[in-house]
Amino acid sequence: MSDIQIVDAPAGVEGAGFFATALDQAIGLARANSLWPLPFATSCCGIEFMATMGSHYDLSRFGAERLSFSPRQADLLMVMGTISKKMGPVLRQVYLQMAEPRWVIAVGACATSGGIFDTYSVLQGIDEIIPVDVYVPGCPPRPEAIIDGFMAIQHLVKTETLRRRQEPKYQELLASYGIQ
Amino acid sequence: MGKIANEVLIQKLVEKFPGQVTELSQDYGLLSVETGKEQITDVLSFLKTDPELKFIFLTDLTAIHYPEAAGREIGVIYHLHSLTTNTRIRVKVFIPIDNVHIPTATTLWDGANWMERETYDFFGVIFDGHPDLRRILNVDDMTVFPMRKEFPLEDPNRIDKKDYFFGR
Amino acid sequence: MQNHPVYTDNDPQTEYSTLNLGPTHPATHGVFQNVLQMDGERIVSGVSTIGYIHRAFEKIAEHRPFYQITPLTDRLNYCSSPINNMGWHMTVEKLLGITMPKRVDYMRVIIMELARIADHIVCNGVLGVDTGAFTGFLYMMEYREEIYEIYEEICGSRLTTNVGRIGGFERNFNTIAFNKIRRFTERFPKVLKEFESLFNRNRIFVDRTKDVAAVSAEQALSYSWTGPILRATGVDYDVRAMEPYSSYEDFDFEVPVGENGDVYNRFLVRNEEMWQSMRIIEQALAKIEKEPSDIFHADVPAFYLPPKEEVYNNMEALIYHFKIVMGEVETPTAEVYHAVEGANGELGFYLVNDGCRSPYRLHFRRPSFINYQMYANMSQGMLLSDAIINMSSLNVIAGELDA
Repeated sequence: MSDIQIVDAPAGVEGAGFFATALDQAIGLARANSLWPLPFATSCCGIEFMATMGSHYDLSRFGAERLSFSPRQADLLMVMGTISKKMGPVLRQVYLQMAEPRWVIAVGACATSGGIFDTYSVLQGIDEIIPVDVYVPGCPPRPEAIIDGFMAIQHLVKTETLRRRQEPKYQELLASYGIQ
Repeated sequence: MGKIANEVLIQKLVEKFPGQVTELSQDYGLLSVETGKEQITDVLSFLKTDPELKFIFLTDLTAIHYPEAAGREIGVIYHLHSLTTNTRIRVKVFIPIDNVHIPTATTLWDGANWMERETYDFFGVIFDGHPDLRRILNVDDMTVFPMRKEFPLEDPNRIDKKDYFFGR
Repeated sequence: MQNHPVYTDNDPQTEYSTLNLGPTHPATHGVFQNVLQMDGERIVSGVSTIGYIHRAFEKIAEHRPFYQITPLTDRLNYCSSPINNMGWHMTVEKLLGITMPKRVDYMRVIIMELARIADHIVCNGVLGVDTGAFTGFLYMMEYREEIYEIYEEICGSRLTTNVGRIGGFERNFNTIAFNKIRRFTERFPKVLKEFESLFNRNRIFVDRTKDVAAVSAEQALSYSWTGPILRATGVDYDVRAMEPYSSYEDFDFEVPVGENGDVYNRFLVRNEEMWQSMRIIEQALAKIEKEPSDIFHADVPAFYLPPKEEVYNNMEALIYHFKIVMGEVETPTAEVYHAVEGANGELGFYLVNDGCRSPYRLHFRRPSFINYQMYANMSQGMLLSDAIINMSSLNVIAGELDA
């Protein structure tokens, strides 16, 4: 027997040739273990991300094997590094091009809140322009911390209801950022 | 070839440009001279092409702002390096803040292109004759020059850090 | 009869198309933009736009005391941050007129050469990835992880190290650190040899990189190039050899020089520099054995924080601690320019001091910024895939480009 571990199945009714469970949970399980990240790496945190993708820490164990640099094909926008005011519109455009369901993880102190750069040219946190799901603090965060943030995203994905993106609460959140 | 002594350097400069080049300091072994903006192209060209001096390498071009020095507020600073003799020299030109023009060094070194654009971006120094003088690091529609001393470091429009205890 | 569609405007046979090699690159290179006019696959002209990660280091440095500028210098060339840290400390020490004991110099040399190896691992590995060869990168990244472990043992942090203090180091290298460094010197040569055997005579790699973006030495000097890319054109300018700092004159190493400055030469120069760095590290380890093993900082109580045990028990140490942290120490009103050999070239620090707590003006002479300005001119007439390889061989680090 191999020692490859597979994820636990959600609670459901099992019988000969069928398995009945809630649709949310089945889809959540599938999505959580096959997220396609878009590494929006601007500075030092991007190098730590490269180390996370390398063989030592290996993010692809969690399903993130295929990095997508095209926002149209990505689920998870990983913003790693300082976002300056010149880069803000570019980030926003990349976010707008992603299709629902999409998640955003802000890796590093600069993406979370501007970091050590409290200056005229740095955006003090990407949540001024796009909604963020998980913040990973650190300067730069260790690969273990990035993986922890990724697992937090996986938890959010697994427990999300299928109707969340159409609910008025989510629409209000997007409207507060000026996104239709 | 050995390092050119600072005394020899300053003597050659004073001979070639009498009254227009003054020595400022020799701190830490590096000779600093000052000249005027009318002579700067000739001085740099002499330093670059003279067969004994051969300062063929432009290490750096930057500026500095002294708001109190009236008539000499902005200083444009050139660092040159002579690779064959391993000698460095620093040339400074001071220009007033209401007439911030100085001839470009791109005629002598191609590498001065972006260095001058950066200096323009940060201090507003206008290099006459530069092929493409526009902002390079800051956003294109910025109207002020951020490295001047009167410009604040933090974003002036930010409201969430205005806090009695934070001190802003 | 027409077999192909008839264009009334924007005919691709006669008009150039615009390609935006936009700020969002694949994770390796950094944020800078090139808008290229293309004639099919060939680039006609290009315009570079940078500043997408401008963090105003020079302005911040005017508001921070000297010891708080070290974390800023980390973030310049973040692939080899110890070199930036050491360069800054040496600049301030030159200003204050402090000389270091030999052992501190040798410790600095070890950590700077490790950083140089780390940066070249990334650059050459990524150059391989850009030509399509992912294997070499993965093999070498494992050794970058070993270098990270050495950094962790020395200063606690992996990437942005903030290592050393003005006056030496904050703590001695312990035996675990020395063991890790020795283990690295034993294990890395084999992998570097394997990496070279994968690439140096690989038909595909040589065809992709030979005679691509060849640059003459005069052109490179006119554009103020420094570092491995200048040495690949044939000019042997290395700040370590020309103006030795931190006791580099005690070491026996060569400066590798290429011939025609093409991408293949730059790759080979960087590989050879890694071999020379290994040589320097081994010599430094041998030299450190001969020095007394408890020296890790200069004896300058005016600028180097005293140990905490003394601060809590000794009045003098408390006063020094207070003065250093609050910035009441007197520093000369002078200007200094100090250059170190960064992984990309001559990293210079121009410090104008006026005796206050923070510098009056601090300017970083950043090699990536100055090396990159020729890129738009170089790419004229190139095929797009050659232009991509050219960009990755210039090793432009976005943090150093924009500062």
